[in-house]
Amino acid sequence: MIEKDIDIAVIGAGPAGMAAAISAREKGVKDIILLERNPFLGGILIQCIHDGFGLHLFDQNLTGPEYAEELIQHLIKAKVPFLTEAMVIDINAQKEIRVVSRQGLLKLKAKAIVLAMGCRERTRGALEIPGTRPAGIFTAGVAQSLVNLQNLKIGKEVVILGSGDVGLIMARRLKIEGLKVLRVIEKLPYCSGLVRNRVQCLRDYDIPLHLSSTVIDIHGKDRLEALTAAQLNEKGEILYDTAEVIPCDTLLLSVGLIPENELSRKAEVRLDWRTLGAEVDDYVETNTPGIFSCGNVLHIHDVADYASQEGFLAGERAACRVRENQGKVLRFPVNASKEIKYVVPQLIREDCRETELKFRVTEPFENIRIIVKNGGETLFRKKFLKIMPSEMNMVKISSDKPLDKVYVELEKTEIA
Amino acid sequence: MNKIFDIIIIGAGVVGCSIARELSRFKLDLMVIEKEEDVASGISKGNSGVIHAGYHKEPGSLKATLNVAGHRYFQEWGEQLDFPVKFNGKLVVAKVKEEVEGLRKLMERGRKNGVKGLELIDAQQIKNFEPRVEGIAAMYSPFSGITSPYLMTIALAENACRNGVKFEFEQEVNAISRVNNLFRIQTAGNQEYYSRWLINSAGLNSAKVSRLICHNKHRIFPCRGQYYLTDKIDDLISMLIYPLPSKDGVTLGIHITPTVDGNILIGPSAEYIDSLEDTACTREVMDKLKREAEQFLPEIREAPFIRNYAGIRPKLFYPGSGVNDSDYIIEEDSEIHYMINLIGIESPGLTAAPAIADMVVNMVGEKEDLVLNDQFCPERKAPLIFAQQSEADQARLIQDDPAYGEVICRCETVTRKEVIEAFDNILGVRSLDGLKRRCRIMAGRCQGGFCTTRIVEILRDEYGLSPEQIFKSNFQSPLFYGRVKDD
Repeated sequence: MIEKDIDIAVIGAGPAGMAAAISAREKGVKDIILLERNPFLGGILIQCIHDGFGLHLFDQNLTGPEYAEELIQHLIKAKVPFLTEAMVIDINAQKEIRVVSRQGLLKLKAKAIVLAMGCRERTRGALEIPGTRPAGIFTAGVAQSLVNLQNLKIGKEVVILGSGDVGLIMARRLKIEGLKVLRVIEKLPYCSGLVRNRVQCLRDYDIPLHLSSTVIDIHGKDRLEALTAAQLNEKGEILYDTAEVIPCDTLLLSVGLIPENELSRKAEVRLDWRTLGAEVDDYVETNTPGIFSCGNVLHIHDVADYASQEGFLAGERAACRVRENQGKVLRFPVNASKEIKYVVPQLIREDCRETELKFRVTEPFENIRIIVKNGGETLFRKKFLKIMPSEMNMVKISSDKPLDKVYVELEKTEIA
Repeated sequence: MNKIFDIIIIGAGVVGCSIARELSRFKLDLMVIEKEEDVASGISKGNSGVIHAGYHKEPGSLKATLNVAGHRYFQEWGEQLDFPVKFNGKLVVAKVKEEVEGLRKLMERGRKNGVKGLELIDAQQIKNFEPRVEGIAAMYSPFSGITSPYLMTIALAENACRNGVKFEFEQEVNAISRVNNLFRIQTAGNQEYYSRWLINSAGLNSAKVSRLICHNKHRIFPCRGQYYLTDKIDDLISMLIYPLPSKDGVTLGIHITPTVDGNILIGPSAEYIDSLEDTACTREVMDKLKREAEQFLPEIREAPFIRNYAGIRPKLFYPGSGVNDSDYIIEEDSEIHYMINLIGIESPGLTAAPAIADMVVNMVGEKEDLVLNDQFCPERKAPLIFAQQSEADQARLIQDDPAYGEVICRCETVTRKEVIEAFDNILGVRSLDGLKRRCRIMAGRCQGGFCTTRIVEILRDEYGLSPEQIFKSNFQSPLFYGRVKDD
């Protein structure tokens, strides 16, 4: 067993964790370690062989592995020490970490920790779909890894439940590989993935999207044989007379991502029930001093670039924390109207005069104005023709005064 | 000519494996034939895993006697065979005054059956035991407990195997005949086996198997029980929480059971169905399970659910037939000698299994001299669980074998070494479900999201399995149809 004191430990080497490690190193912290459970750096990026990465960060249209490679090159240049095939199995609020790897058990005591563990997919069990439990039901991300990294043919006739981005991307991917992709089924009356994915993955490949529908039964004892799908009314209730049996051998689930915060809980990090991620301030610091959170473990991002940007911020702030211990700091809550699903950060520090708010709406809105106020002062005001829950809104705000009464709201506008 | 076995047991559930293990104490050629790809693939995997104290069943019945007798074995078997056994106690909870009388009747029945320690407690005492449980009174049963029904069956089968019992899987028996005082057993896989004795512990299919040769009219009425399984939850309940048994006597009611792994089970429902194989879950019942559980434990509403499943009870009666309960059939057939049928072994069959095995050994012993096998080893060691070791031991384990340093399943912290050990057990593993039951991979909150790919890699790298050779359960349940692109 090796025991060691360290300045910064970053847990997870995906787009957020790698960025955090790079920025912490560039801020002058040398005694740092990036811990990754996979045998490679990059996290989920490596299985994302489609393009659309890097548009914001690198001004290029890259695939997942190419995007990861950009960051890995940065890491190497910056001489950031990393450990792959290393699983963090325990952590506590004193910032002690227990890591398991083939090299042995490693115990670290860190001055700062950046949590960047990413997310996991919602499973069939969490959806509580009735029916049998045959082979042939995969979450979309697992299917992506099996197809793209293991070269495995996961089925012949596929139905996809949920119009999340991974599901849309896999619909196209499987169609390209010659599988029959029968349809994508979404319980909401609108697509939950990005518009560009709906167009490029479904429309361009003639894959039907059935909105306001869901899977109500699963058939087949050994391998999946068929599904029963049905439409939903406006209240989301099942319309049983619309039930339709769809013969198929594979069901992919793309029904939501859940920030993977089991370790955060062990470190006594307070979670936000809306994001299922940590509650953070404008430094992305959690309630446990010296523990920062970024990327999909904090809240689910649309694109990797934004996760990396959050990682850069976390790394930079973790580096500051290593150098100076802060005294008591007041943090003011950010509030929002009920149409706003969540806002990150949830808290703003008393000395903060400028920050970026990230938030999503609960449902689609048209002809709407987003307004951010700080008490009587309006910090941001902008009209949108349409605003979707699938798109994360990012709004920069600044003021001369403390941001102690920040409030995000929507206002209906006249139809243009 | 095929080898002639002294005794063939049909069915590798907990009853068949208990019998096999107990018979392996003697010098006998034994074989177990199983329809599915693994042990505990029928009733023995789809139940609550409860070790019943024995107050439910009619005094004097086989169910009551074998339950109480079987219960006594669990401590010893758990230690000898290294499977989890926990006597965490049970509360049978009354919600209204009228039910208190029912509790008294249960206690009285328990006393007659020889169950110790039963106690009537009030609402305050319920709160002392289980602060989150709602009820006005309860019967406290300190010696009720839980086990893992499949780990118990696996332990028994491994120990039987170690003591010389042969196991054949994916061999569904479809014909039995008498040939020169021997049983000839033919399977759907075109295999033939011969034996002097035949023990039918085929569970749901026991009536069907017996009718292949016996002239009885036994019939199994499949009665499905659906369950909800939650993620691991600390501090919600520690004991088994039961309602009063249903008035029609069909079931013990929907209860809330902690599992030996720290999850919580809600169930089972009771629905008579047409098929012996229909383990599907249904919307109405799933909703009902939650509703009923909330009456006793309101906070279960917030629990994170990770899986639904169902098992099937082999009932010998149908509701409305005028019969409220029926006893186990454990007998040598009156015409077909040397054939022992075990039919209708439903709850408390798991608890009764050791005593059933005893009973069967005695039945065999009455007709033949059983000679002790001096090679018999009563012990079996379960594979080590990395997550349960101390920090120092974890460090030492990785140093001795780096495969302990490779965590394959994040949710349950299962290492590569544990996957390999599960795969390499003496009985072998032929399915991902078999691996899951043995080492808990894919059993956690992500249900295989992180580890499925890694397991496929291990099976390929360590055992040379091609994608087509990876099955969820039996040979009809492939995960993959080859490769996307040819190499």
